[in-house]
Amino acid sequence: MSKRKRAVFITVWILLMALVLIAAFAVGGGVKHESIQEVVRDAVLHGSNKISLLGIKNVNPAIVSAMTVSGILLVFAAIVRIFIIPRFQVMPGKFQLALEELVRFFDNLAKTNSPHRNSFLGAYIFAAGIYIFIGTLFELFGLQAVTTEGLSVTLPAPLSDINGAIALGCLSYLVILSGGIAGNRLKGVGNTLKDFSLPISMSFRLFGALLSGLLVTELVYYYINLSFVLPVAVGVMFTLLHALIQTYVLTMLTALFYGEVSEPHLKTKVKNK
Amino acid sequence: MGIPLNIDWQQILLHLFNFLFLAGGLYLLLYKPVKRFMEKREAYYKNMDDAAKEKMAAAETMEKQYAARLADAQSEIGEMKKAALEDAEQTAQSYLAEAREQKHKMIDEAKKAALAEKEKIMQEANAEIEDLVSDAIDKMLASSEENALDKFLDRAEKEG
Repeated sequence: MSKRKRAVFITVWILLMALVLIAAFAVGGGVKHESIQEVVRDAVLHGSNKISLLGIKNVNPAIVSAMTVSGILLVFAAIVRIFIIPRFQVMPGKFQLALEELVRFFDNLAKTNSPHRNSFLGAYIFAAGIYIFIGTLFELFGLQAVTTEGLSVTLPAPLSDINGAIALGCLSYLVILSGGIAGNRLKGVGNTLKDFSLPISMSFRLFGALLSGLLVTELVYYYINLSFVLPVAVGVMFTLLHALIQTYVLTMLTALFYGEVSEPHLKTKVKNK
Repeated sequence: MGIPLNIDWQQILLHLFNFLFLAGGLYLLLYKPVKRFMEKREAYYKNMDDAAKEKMAAAETMEKQYAARLADAQSEIGEMKKAALEDAEQTAQSYLAEAREQKHKMIDEAKKAALAEKEKIMQEANAEIEDLVSDAIDKMLASSEENALDKFLDRAEKEG
């Protein structure tokens, strides 16, 4: 490209940007149906915006997000199972290597934290990890849904709903409890129940981490003036990093506690002389 | 008054149902087949490794056997070499003794021949000397007789 052409291109580009910026301010924001207080309150409590689940029941938007994420993941998994896994090679290609590394990561996490009993744990943390990671990234796509009141809402991350976080936290606790029962019978149950705060801490950790991201994102997008450049940093900091960190934290904690309660205790007899 | 934070049991159960469905699906469709494939590959490489180790062990055993055989062969060669050397030495000694005997014999024969030749030459020389001496005497005698006659004749003339 010659110097003259480059100069023309840059000038046109800058003019286009300025035009879009002016237009953005000129048209103004749409009529806001909710105040920022209502938006934030709804993000925390999911009290006002409900979505009809196939006409059966009105549910929180996070349920729809969860089902959408599950649908996408299951369709992807089915495609991989039908078309890709039968063509796996001994010397793997890039995609096969990525899949194997994903499975190996969770399998190793289970094996290192729970060396005595880990086959079920590996499968569980694999599913939980993928669900948390993809579920958190899901909010980046900004899929819209229509509420029962006819308003448009962006589908949030499934676990930014406290009910979703409680479901996963408590299920993880039940998995740990099952490991305790399988490994040490009654003693395992006792060991697990000893950490009775675990389901609450797991649930609220997930909820708090994801909700903080959601709130910041809601605040940023509520004001049009904050909608330039800033969302890039906010998206990375509060979505991508949370997705990675929370995936690792929940799966690691589950594996760690599962390994602890399922570890067989050897009876040692101490003879007093 | 409901549960704070709008916690709803029905929503929790719906989330649970959704996750259990997803977990089951992911396990059957992704986790299990990929893990099975990885285990198969691991078993394949383990078999290869075991086979290689077995071959290696067999090769090492064979190497030891060959080394032992080589050591035996070398000691056998050493013994054979030693025996051959002793044999060769004995043969050489016998050849040397024979040669020495032959040498003495030849020297004796040569001496005898030389002596005989010497005697023969001496005899011939003596005969020749004798001839020469007799000739010389003859010549001396002949010359001395002529001189005496001349001297007599000269004296006779002078006195005469």
